[in-house]
Order: sequence, then C-alpha cells, then structure tokens
Amino acid sequence: MSDIVHRRSPVLNIIIWGLVLVWIVAAGFPFLWTLWGSFKVQGDFFSKADWTNAVYGVRTQIETGGAFTGKGYYGAWVTKEFWIAALNTSIVVVSVVIISLTLGTLGGYALARSGKKYAFYLLMLALVFRAMPHITLVSGYLLPFFEWNLWGHLPTAIIVMVAINQPFTLWMLHSFFLNIPKDLDESAMVDGCTRFQAFRHVIVPVMWPGVVTTGLFSFLLAYNDFTVTATLLSQANQTMVPKIASFLGTTQTEGNVMFAVAAVVSATAPLFVLILFFQRQIVSGLTAGAVKG
Amino acid sequence: MKNRTFFWFILPSLITMLLFIALPIVSVAVQSLHIEHEAVMVEVENCGPFGCKQELQVDVEETAKLKEERPLGQFNGLGTYTNRNHLAFSEIGLAWRSSTGLVDFMSKALNLPFYRALAFTLTYTFVVTPLVIIFGFMIALGVNTLPKRIKGPTIFISLLPMIVTPLIGSLILFWMIDANGILGATLQRIFDDPNLSLKASPALTWIMLMVYGVWHSAPFAFIVFYAGLQTVPADTMEAAMIDGASRWERTRYVVLPHLMPLTVFISLIQLMDNFRVFEPIVSFSAQASATSLSWIIYNDLVGTESQFFGSAGATSVLTIIGVSILLIPVLIRTWRDFNQKVV
Repeated sequence: MSDIVHRRSPVLNIIIWGLVLVWIVAAGFPFLWTLWGSFKVQGDFFSKADWTNAVYGVRTQIETGGAFTGKGYYGAWVTKEFWIAALNTSIVVVSVVIISLTLGTLGGYALARSGKKYAFYLLMLALVFRAMPHITLVSGYLLPFFEWNLWGHLPTAIIVMVAINQPFTLWMLHSFFLNIPKDLDESAMVDGCTRFQAFRHVIVPVMWPGVVTTGLFSFLLAYNDFTVTATLLSQANQTMVPKIASFLGTTQTEGNVMFAVAAVVSATAPLFVLILFFQRQIVSGLTAGAVKG
Repeated sequence: MKNRTFFWFILPSLITMLLFIALPIVSVAVQSLHIEHEAVMVEVENCGPFGCKQELQVDVEETAKLKEERPLGQFNGLGTYTNRNHLAFSEIGLAWRSSTGLVDFMSKALNLPFYRALAFTLTYTFVVTPLVIIFGFMIALGVNTLPKRIKGPTIFISLLPMIVTPLIGSLILFWMIDANGILGATLQRIFDDPNLSLKASPALTWIMLMVYGVWHSAPFAFIVFYAGLQTVPADTMEAAMIDGASRWERTRYVVLPHLMPLTVFISLIQLMDNFRVFEPIVSFSAQASATSLSWIIYNDLVGTESQFFGSAGATSVLTIIGVSILLIPVLIRTWRDFNQKVV
C-alpha cells in the first residue's frame, strides 16, 4: 500500500529533493562556514578579493605560517576573558533550570489535578504573561532594582528569568501531568498518603521524561536570553550573549572581529551538542502543545 | 484537589509570576506617567573684571538630592505619550494638514521614531509569519518523502537556525552578508557594483532582517507540520486515491484540512513572537534603517548618559496594548478548546 502512495514522477522527485537540499544548505552552511572561518585570520574570513581565500587560508598562511590558527580563540577566551562570561552563563543556566523546574512541577501538577475553574483562569493568565515582550518587563524592573541595589547581580537575573520562564514551564508540565493517569496518585491517597506524599512517592518517579523535555526549553530560554542579561547584569557579571554583543562595539574598531567570531562559535557548540543528544525530546516538546491542543 | 492543597502547590510559582511579571507591568504604567526631573537652577552672581552679572547655573547638589528623594521623577500625566517620541499627536496633525497627499503624509509620519518602529514591527510581523508557514509546510512535505535513514540528520540540521541564540544566529548571517563576507562580496561581483552594500540601503536591510526572521522561525513551523503529517488519516487518503484523486488533489483536500488547526496554532504563536523582534536589529546594527518597538525601549534603557524610564515606560505600555490585541484570538481559541474538552 505505502509503495503506491509514495510512487512519484521523477520530475516531482527532483523538485522535492532540490527543495530539501536548498533548505539544508541554507540551514546548515552558515554554521559550517563560520566554524571553518573562525580558525582563519580576518583577512581570510572577510576576504573581499576571493572567498576561496577563506577555504585555503591564504592570508592565514602568510600571517601565521599555518593553514589554521587558534588566535581568535586565544584572544576571546584569554585576552578578552570570555571564560568569565562562560562561567557566569553556566551558573545562570543551571540555577534557572533547577529553580524553574522545581516551581514548575509543583504548580503544573496542581493545575493538572485541580479540575476547578480557577485553575483554568490561572492558565489563561499564564498565557497572557507569556505573551509579554521581555523588554517591557525589564523596563519595569530597572528603576526599582537600581533603588534597592539589586541591579547587576547574578541572582537577580536568575530569579527574573525563572519568573519569565514560569508561564511556559507551567503550561508544558501541566499537559505532561495530564497524561499521567489520575488513578496513580489517587490510589496512593486512598492508601493513606497526603497529597504531597502521593506526589513525592508516586508521581515524581514517573515524571522525568516530561521534566527533561521542559528542562531543555528552560535551558534554551536562559542560555539564549539577551534582553534580561544585557540590561540587568553589570559588566563584571556579564554572561556570554551580552558579552558577544559588547565585543561588536569594541572589536570592530580594534580590528579584532575574529575574537567575536571565535566567541560565537564557542557559544554555539553547547547548543550543537544539546540537539545531538536531545533531538527527540526537542521535537516532541515543540509538537506537544500543537498536536494535542 | 482541595483548594488549600492547590494553593500551597501553586504558591511559589504564583509569587514569582506576580512579583516579576504582573508588578513590572504596573510599574511600567506608573513610570510612563512620570518624567525625569529638570535640573535645579540657581541664580548666581558672577563678578568679573567688567562688573557683576546674574547668571543661571545648574545646582548639581540640589538636582542629585531631588533625584534621591523622588527617583521616579515628576508627574507628567499623559505628556510622555503625546510627545514627539511617542504618539506625536501635534506632529501628526501638522503633517496631515501640510502634506500634499497620502504618500507625503506617510513619509512625514514615518520620520517620527514611534511610527517608524511601529511600521517596521508590523511589516516584519505580517510578512514573516505567512512566509514561515509556507516554507515550513513545503519543507515538511519534502522531508516527509525522504528515506528514513536521512530523515534524522535532516531534522538535526533543520533545528539549528531555531535553537541557536537569536543574537548569535543573526550575527552569523550578518558576517556572511558583510561587504567583505562570502555572500556580500559574491553579490557585489554578480551585480558588478563594488558599492553594493546590504547595510547601506534601508530596503535591503528590511529584506535582510525578514530573511533572517524566516530562516530563524521556519524550523518551528516545519517540525509542527512534520509531526502533523505523521497523523494524516490513512483511510481518508486511501479513499481519496480510490476515487481517483491526483497527488495535488490529495494534498489540497486531505492533507491541508488536516493541518489547518496546526496552521492556526503556528500563526498565533508566530504573530506574538515576531511582534517582539529585537535581537537581529542589534546584531545587524540596523537601527539607522529599521527599528522595532522592543528596540526603542531597549535604546531608552541603555542610554549612555542617562536612562529615560518615562519614555521607555510609555513605549512599553503601547507595546503591551499591541500585544494584547494580537493575543485576543489566542485567548478565544484556548477558551473554546477548554470548554470543548469539558463537554
């Protein structure tokens, strides 16, 4: 049966394959190109005369004696102290993921099991909160944070990102908990558990697939954030993304664009690994809201 | 679940949301009604060789003290909303009266910062969203026909533009279209115009930003459509084939209706997300040709000399109003879904 469905004319096949190929190149080539170019000197990566210079590393050969150079990476990580930003990013991301999952599982579980009208209103409210552009919220924080001397510290940015993350986390975990049969925790409660004990001993052991998927998206939100980290963190506490943005201003004038290129590649690498290992979870998380709801 | 238990379970989550999402919205509204203090002036007698003069000077100490006492600034009512940098009623009125035609009026209105940002934000939102849906659908149809073995890697590569940090993704594209980058330099050679620069022309900058937007969001639409394609009912498909429907007719009358709810879902999410467009403008340093509502708020907040909380607040409130309008269909849809589930 499926053979008949999938038999196509050769012309259609060529069109389809061509389309997919164009998309693959558009999606993948920029990353490949930047990764390759990050090991060259600026004269090669930004070569007006001939783009093949970047492939063979003509100027890199002349300037450094080899076809590849780690100068950009050395400049970014050591000279410009990108490692501090990387450290800050890991602190922020790990804290945001742990805190928002803790709050989110408790809240999401309650929303899934409540069945009352107000639980639904809370979900609607969360939807409204999710839609708020982050920069409008940030403009509400700045003045009070300045006044109370909360501005510039990592914990401030962490708790703000946890809060911004909550609506999404609640929605996602709520729909995961809906898929866990009610009988499970209710039978535990019949056996004499309190609600929290039932949650702790019956639900927690089976909730991990949903928590991992939600955690991935919390991770991405915290890792990819520019708005909050760029405006709420002081220079010393900057994370990777605002650090890269600040490179743009300084390195362009100093002729050190390659530092920024190396930093960009360094910051992309963890995401690459993340997709490599969690592709299935990411795809299922993206479609969870759409296909079910 | 008992109300009490529910309350304790949801409390931590609710507190963070109220403190850091609901309160800031109130705070933004309050800020928008205030404006920075004017500098306190004092009259000083300045005596020189040619006699004494009365001069006005800024009293730095007093100004700092005033700022200390009332950091919010002075009450300004709706003044910030109507000034030149926001709704600019008087300027718009003047432009309306003095302009020769609609085109002239539009060009005058688009010189005002708020309308300029609004124009780009809306254009971006309503151009990128449909394109994302169309491209996502085509890619999903294409990938769905691939042999199983290469589907996995294809999806892996497709996810990259969406997962990568927006600021970083747009930087990567920006470096490629730089006049000395691979795409920029190649285009110059093709058109034989050494001065061709995607950065210099506003029109090309707008196009580049939208190309980035589609590149960044198409994977989302692709993944959702692709998942939807796996659930196309086989019975209906077979029945259509037995009735002699061609490939095109099957796509048009079986697949498309099946994917319609997903299309609605994607477009609602995309409208809200595209309305926030911000990072690519920073990466592309495009502010000379294109600004968005989010960008002008950011610009007010990170000003080098001083920050304009009142101005940022007013733009924020206007942006929130815009988002709320886009949000209404989402809320209606969620409401309907929920009530259907209950029944």
